[in-house]
Amino acid sequence: MKHVISIMVENRPGVLARVIGLISGRGYNIDSLNVAPTQDVTTSRITMTVPGDDRVLEQVTKQLNKLVDVIKVFDLTERKYIDRELALVKVFSSTKNRSAVIELAALCRAEIVAVQNKAMIIQMVGATDAVDNFLELIKPHGIVDVSRTGVIAMGKAEG
Amino acid sequence: MRTGVECLMDGLKKAGVQIIFGLPGGSVLDIFNGLYNAAFEFVLARHEQGATHMADGYARATGRVGCCLVTSGPGATNAVTGLGTAYMDSIPLVCISGQVPTHMIGNDAFQEADTTGITRPVTKHNYLVRNVDDLPRIIAEAFYIASTGKPGPVLVDIPKDVQRGSTAAPSPNEVKIRSYNPTTEGHPRQIEKLAEAINKAKKPLLYVGGGAIAANAAAEVTQLARKAKIPVTTTLLGLGAFPETDALALRMLGMHGSVTANYATHHCDLLVSVGARFDDRVTGKIAEFAPHAKIAHIDIDPSAISKSVPVDIPVVGDVKQVLKVLLPLVESKERAEWLAQIQEWKQKHPFVYDQDESKLMPQYVIEQIYALTKGDAIIVTEVGQHQMWSAQYYKYTKPRTFISSGGLGTMGFGLPAAIGAQFGRPDKIVVDISGDGSAQMNFQELVVAVEHKVPIKVVILNNGYLGMVRQWQEMFYKRQYSATCLGQTARGKNEKIKDRPGTPYLPDFVKLAEAHGALGLRAKTRAAVVPMLAKAFEADGPAVVECLVEPEANVFPMVPAGASLTEMIQSMA
Ligand SMILES: Cc1cc2nc3c(=O)[nH]c(=O)nc-3n(C[C@H](O)[C@H](O)[C@H](O)COP(=O)(O)OP(=O)(O)OC[C@H]3O[C@@H](n4cnc5c(N)ncnc54)[C@H](O)[C@@H]3O)c2cc1C
Ligand SMILES: Cc1ncc(C[n+]2csc(CCOP(=O)(O)OP(=O)(O)O)c2C)c(N)n1
Ligand SMILES: [Mg+2]
Repeated sequence: MKHVISIMVENRPGVLARVIGLISGRGYNIDSLNVAPTQDVTTSRITMTVPGDDRVLEQVTKQLNKLVDVIKVFDLTERKYIDRELALVKVFSSTKNRSAVIELAALCRAEIVAVQNKAMIIQMVGATDAVDNFLELIKPHGIVDVSRTGVIAMGKAEG
Repeated sequence: MRTGVECLMDGLKKAGVQIIFGLPGGSVLDIFNGLYNAAFEFVLARHEQGATHMADGYARATGRVGCCLVTSGPGATNAVTGLGTAYMDSIPLVCISGQVPTHMIGNDAFQEADTTGITRPVTKHNYLVRNVDDLPRIIAEAFYIASTGKPGPVLVDIPKDVQRGSTAAPSPNEVKIRSYNPTTEGHPRQIEKLAEAINKAKKPLLYVGGGAIAANAAAEVTQLARKAKIPVTTTLLGLGAFPETDALALRMLGMHGSVTANYATHHCDLLVSVGARFDDRVTGKIAEFAPHAKIAHIDIDPSAISKSVPVDIPVVGDVKQVLKVLLPLVESKERAEWLAQIQEWKQKHPFVYDQDESKLMPQYVIEQIYALTKGDAIIVTEVGQHQMWSAQYYKYTKPRTFISSGGLGTMGFGLPAAIGAQFGRPDKIVVDISGDGSAQMNFQELVVAVEHKVPIKVVILNNGYLGMVRQWQEMFYKRQYSATCLGQTARGKNEKIKDRPGTPYLPDFVKLAEAHGALGLRAKTRAAVVPMLAKAFEADGPAVVECLVEPEANVFPMVPAGASLTEMIQSMA
C-alpha cells in the first residue's frame, strides 16, 4: 500500500539529504517527493509517497521522527486528507487533432498553458488517480514529455 | 568578540570536557594552536580511528561525553569506523573535524571530503558550521544531543575560515531545540500496566541491555530483581548492569549466551526488556523468540519498540526514571517454582570447556584474569571468539566494567578503547582481551599508553586464526579455512602461500610490544599463564601478554544464525 507522509522540518541545508538518506539507507523506496518552505520560512514541508505495509511505515515514521531536524511527521494515510499533484504534459498536436486535444483537456479540467506549432503544453492538477487518468486519455495523441510534481497533501483536521 | 577557535575552546570547557583525543592536520592548525594553552589534556593518537575509539572507551567507562578532534579529508574518513562503532552502541561522543575554507567547499580542494555527507548515517546528528556566529550554539547543541535521549556520536565540521572568523555571539547557557525533545518520563498508565503484568506473572524474566547502563540504572535494576524475585539475563552490552554473582543472574543470552538464559527466555511468561533492543544476535529466529511470553519494553527510543519483536507493553522513557516509578508498584514475591527451575538449569548447564591440562585453553586464561583481578577490573575486548569468552568466563558485577563493540563488531576497537577507559578510570585495572587478528588493527596506539604511563594490560589470545570466522567455516563450510589462518602454516590454497612448517608466527607480539616501549610477555603453556599475567598486572606500565592458546577451540553454546534460542549447539561432536 502507498502511504502519504508529510514531514515538517527545519528549513536548513542538508535536511532533505538527511531525510532521503534515512529512507534509502534503510532500503525503503520513495515513489514521489516534494519539498518547499511553509508559511513560516524557518520550516519546510516534505511530502513523500512511500510504498510499504503498515509495519514498514510505522518504522519509517519513527525513524524520521528521530532525526534532530524533523519537527513532526504525519502519516496522512491514517487520517482524512486532501492530496494533489500537478502535471505538465507536452502533447503532439497539429491542426488535425488540436480540437480533440482541447476538448479532452476541457473535459478533464486540465488547462492549456502553451500552444506551439506542433505541440501543446497542458497543465493537469488533481489527485494522483485523476492525473494518471488524464495521461492515459491523452496518450493516443502522442505524449512528447511529462513533468509531475509528485504528491502534496494536507490533513483535513481543523486547527 | 571571540574567534571561532576561542568559541570552540569556551564551548568545550562549558561542556565539561577534560580530555581530547586526536591528531592534527592542515585544516585544524588554528584549533591546535588554541589547544596549546588550553586547560584540557590532549592525547595524541597515532591514527584517527584510534582517537575515536579512545574517546569512546573513555565515554563507556565514565558515562561522560567523549571528545575527539581530527583534520579534514583523510582525518575525517579515518574517524568513520569509530563514529559508526559508537553510533551502533549508543555511545555519546563529540567529534570535531576541520574542513577546507567555506569558499573552497565543493571544489575538490586539497584534503576536502564531504564529511557531513559521509558521516550522516553513522552519527546521531552532524553539523557543517557555515557561519562563525552559529558556532557557540552548535557546540553547545552537539554535547546536548550526544548525551541526551538515546545517546550517540555528533560530528561538528568546522571550515578553516570559520575557525579564524570572529563573532560577538555568546556561548549559550542552555540548549533548546524545538525539533528535539526526547521523552524521558514513562507514561504512568504504561508503567502501571507493566507493574500489573509483573505482579501477575508466574515466570517473569528481566532482559537487561546497554540502555540500563546508559541510564546509570544498575541500582534500580538490582532493586527490582531482588524485590520481585525476577531472574535477570543481560545482553553483551548490558553486562555489569546486574551482578552476575547473584543467584538471580542467568548471565548473557543470545547466540553465545548461557543455556539457562536462553531456556529462561524461551519458557518465561513475561519478558521485560530494560534498555535492550532485541538485536538479531539475541533473538535468533523471531517467530520462535519467547513464544510463551507477554513482552514489555522500556526504551528511550520509540523506534526501538516493536522494531523486530512485537511488544505488548511499551514504555517509552529513561530506564532509571521508569524503574523509580515502577518499583513501589511491584509486589514482593517468592516465585519458588520458577526459581527452582532456573537453579536446575544452571546446575545442569554451566559454561564448559576442555579441562585437559596439557592444553592451554583460551577460556582458562580469562578465568585466571578474573581470579587475579578479583572480578574488579574493567575488561575491554576486541571482536571475535575471545570477546565471547570474555563475556562468558568473567563475571561482571558493576556497570561500565565490560566494554566491547557489540553492534558494529569492530576489530581494533579494544586497545584504543582500553586506553580511553584507563584515562577515565585511573583507579582501575584495565585489561584489553584481544585476539591475534584484532591485535593487528590499531596496535600502534600502544605507544600512547606508554607515553602517558597509562598502564593498560593487553592479553592476546593467539590462536593463529581469525578464530570466529574460522569457527563458522568449521561448522557451516565443511572446514574450508579460506583466508582465516594467520599463522604461516595451513594457509588456504587460494592464498598461494606455500606451507612453511616451522616458520614462526608473525608478527612476534613480544617484540612488537617491546618496540612500542611496553613490557612484552608470552605464555606458551597453561602453567605459564598465571605467572605471566601476574607479572603483567604487577608492572607499573602497560604490558602485553601473548598466550599461545589452543588453535581450534570454539565458542559454545552457539545458536546458529536464524535458529531458535533452544537450538543451541554445545560441542563439535
Ligand atoms: C561476534 C559477536 C557476537 C555477539 N553475540 C551476542 C550474544 O550472544 N548475545 C548478545 O546479547 N549480544 C551479542 N552480540 C552483541 C549484539 O550484536 C548487540 O550489540 C547487543 O546484543 C545489543 O545489546 P543491547 O540490546 O543491550 O543494545 P544496545 O545497543 O546497548 O542498545 C541499548 C538500547 O537501550 C536504549 N537506551 C539507551 N539509553 C537509554 C536510557 N537512558 N533509557 C532507556 N533506554 C535507553 C537504546 O535506545 C537502545 O534501544 C554479539 C556481538 C558480536 C560482535
Ligand atoms: C574490522 C573488522 N573486520 C572484519 C571483521 C570480521 N571478523 C569478525 S571476528 C573476526 C576474527 C577475529 O580474529 P581474532 O582477533 O584473532 O579473534 P579470535 O576470534 O581468533 O578470538 C573477523 C575477521 C570484523 N568484525 N571487524
Ligand atoms: Mg585469533
